[in-house]
Amino acid sequence: MATDSSATETPYPSTPSHTLEVRDLHVAVDGTPILKGVNLKVSSGQTHAIMGPNGSGKSTLAYSIAGHPKYTVTSGEVLLDGVDVLGLTVDARARAGLFLEMQYPVEVPGVSVSNFLRTAATAVRGEAPKLRDWAREVSGAMVDLEMDPAFAGRNVNEGFSGGEKKRHEILQMALLRPKIAILDETDSGLDVDALRVVSAGVNQVRATGVGTLLITHYTRILRYIEPDFVHVFFDGRIVESGGKELATILEDEGYARFGSAEPASV
Amino acid sequence: MTDSLTVIDDTRATAGGPLTSRPHSHGLVPTGSPAERFMSRTPDDFEEPSVRVEDWKFAPLRTLRPLLAGTPSDAQLRLDSTVPAGVELLTVAADDAVVQSVPQPTDRLGALAWDLSGDALVVRVPDGLEVAEPILLELAGDDTNPLVWNKIVIDLGVRSRATVIIEYTGLAKYAAVTSALVGDGASLDLVQIQNWDTGSLHNDHVGARLGAGSSYRHVSISLGGTVARLTPTVAFAGPGAKAELVGLAFAGPGQYQEARLYVDHSVPDCQSNVLYKTALEGDTSRTAWVGDVRIRPAATGTQTYELNRNLLLADGARADSVPNLEIETGEIVSAGHASATGRFDDLQLFYLQSRGIPEVEARKLVVRGFFVEVLNHIALTSLRERLLRDVETRLGAS
Repeated sequence: MATDSSATETPYPSTPSHTLEVRDLHVAVDGTPILKGVNLKVSSGQTHAIMGPNGSGKSTLAYSIAGHPKYTVTSGEVLLDGVDVLGLTVDARARAGLFLEMQYPVEVPGVSVSNFLRTAATAVRGEAPKLRDWAREVSGAMVDLEMDPAFAGRNVNEGFSGGEKKRHEILQMALLRPKIAILDETDSGLDVDALRVVSAGVNQVRATGVGTLLITHYTRILRYIEPDFVHVFFDGRIVESGGKELATILEDEGYARFGSAEPASV
Repeated sequence: MTDSLTVIDDTRATAGGPLTSRPHSHGLVPTGSPAERFMSRTPDDFEEPSVRVEDWKFAPLRTLRPLLAGTPSDAQLRLDSTVPAGVELLTVAADDAVVQSVPQPTDRLGALAWDLSGDALVVRVPDGLEVAEPILLELAGDDTNPLVWNKIVIDLGVRSRATVIIEYTGLAKYAAVTSALVGDGASLDLVQIQNWDTGSLHNDHVGARLGAGSSYRHVSISLGGTVARLTPTVAFAGPGAKAELVGLAFAGPGQYQEARLYVDHSVPDCQSNVLYKTALEGDTSRTAWVGDVRIRPAATGTQTYELNRNLLLADGARADSVPNLEIETGEIVSAGHASATGRFDDLQLFYLQSRGIPEVEARKLVVRGFFVEVLNHIALTSLRERLLRDVETRLGAS
C-alpha cells in the first residue's frame, strides 16, 4: 500500500483514502454465469449507486464481493487498496474493511445484539473496545438511529420488523467503521419514516468518508442518499455510467431502453 | 426469514428457531414407546438389553457392557459435599421405609443399580425449611476399573425449598438410582452436571415423586464422559404440582448422550414442561431423546408441553428424537410436543463472518445461543453463569 506523504502536512487529521476496485469480474451460481465482466472503482468519500432491474445481478455483485460461498468467481479481481480480497475468507474481508448491509439479515437466536456487536467490533478492531467507551459509542449510535435502548438486549434479528433490521444493519456499519460499505436494497420493505431514519444514519456514516456502493432497484432512496455516480446494471454488467442525473432519466424512462419492462421508480 | 426447521411433530404452534435442516434429517422414528412404563427393582424382570428392546434401541450396548454385565462392586465415588445448616446428609440402609418408597427403575440397568448398591446417600430437608444456598454433592471417580453402583435420595419435607447440585467428574463406570421425593407444597431444583472425563459411563434412573402443590425442576447438563444415559421420570402424588425437565447435552466424537423421560400425569391439575437441547459435533457423536408423557383418565386439568431440538454440527452426527404423548382424557388444559433436528445454518455463519467474526468464533456463538434458552431455566445466577462457562469451555475443546 502506497503511503501518502502529504497526509502529515494537513492541519486536520485526514481520512485515509481507500479504494475498492472490481476488475472484469465474472461470477457463476451453480454453473450459470451471472456476472459477465463487471468493472467498478469506489473510493473513500464517494457514493456509487448501482441500479438495475430484478435479476440483473446487482445482489450477486454485492455477495460476491463479501464472499458468500454460493457465488463462484470464475475470473476477475476484487482489490481493496490494491490487495485482492477474493482469496480471503468472509470474515477476513470484513476485517480488511468491507461491509455488506444485507437485504435479508439473518436471525441468530440466543445471541443478544449487544454481545454480537461487541464480538464483531472486537474482531474488526483487533482488540476488545474498552467497556465504558463502547457503551457510550453504542448508545450514541443507537440514539442517532432512533433505536430504543432495550434493543441491545434482544436476540439478533429475532422478531425484528423490517425497519428494525435495517436500523440494526446501519448500526453495525456505524460501529464497525468499514473502509467500503455495500448497501444491498437498503430501502426494501421500509416505509417513508423508516427510510428517512435509515438514510440519515447512512448519511452520517458517509460523512466520515466511507466509500459507499448503494445497490437499488428504485430511485426512491436516491432522494435521501445522494449518489456521486450512477451505474446501470443489466445482464450481469454495467451498461451505462453517469452522474446523479442518470437516476433522473431512469426515473422517467425505467429500464426499457436496456430491454427491461421494469420501472425504476415507484 | 421463516423458521426452516424440520418440525417432525408439532401439535402446538411454537416459536421458531435457528436451525436449517435437511428433509431427511435423522430422528423421525415411529413412537414405539409404551405409554405405560414397566417398573421394577428386580433386574430379571426386564428383558436382556438389545436393540430390539425399546429402552436400549439407541444406546451403544457394547460400550455399556461393563455396566450391563451387572458385576457386584462395593466401590464408591469420592464425595465432597456442601450442606447448609438444617439440611441432613445421611447414609441410610436400603431397607429404610423412605428409601424403599422411592420410584422404581424403568429398565434393567436401573434395577441393577438398585439391586447392587447398598446403603443410600440421603439428603433430607426438614419440613418448612427454605434453604437459600445450594446443597452441593461433588462426586468424583478416579479409576475406570471399579464399577460404582449407587443410590441417592433427596427428600424434601412439606413446604421446604432447596436447590441440589450433583456434579460428576473424573473417571468411573457409574450406575445409580437417584430419587427426588418432593413433599406437599415443597420446591426442589435438582441439577445434575455430567462433567466426566472421557471413558466414563453414567447411567442414572432419576425418579421424582411430587406431592400436592409442589414444584420440581430437574436440570441435566451432559458435557463430558463417553456415555451419559439418564432416565428421568415424574410421578404426581397429589394435585396442583409442577414439573419442569430441562436438559442440555453436547456430544463430541465418540460420545453418546441419552435422555429417556417419562412423565406420568395421574392426578388433576398438574403441569409438566420439558425442554431438551443437544448439539452434536463429530461424525461419531450420538444423542437420543425419548419423551413419553401419559395423561391418565383422572388427570383432568393437565398442562403439558415437550420440546426437543438437536443441532447437528458435523456430517455423520446422529440425533434420535422420539416424542410420545398419550392422552386418556379430554378434560385437559393443553398438551403438545415438538421435536426438530437440524444442521448448522450456513446463512447464520455467513452473516456473523461478514461482520468480521472468525468462523470458529461464529460457530461457538451460534451454539452458545442455541443453549442459552436451556440455561435460562436455571434460577441460580451464579450456577447459570458457571454452566455457560462450562459450555463455552466444552465448545472450545471440541
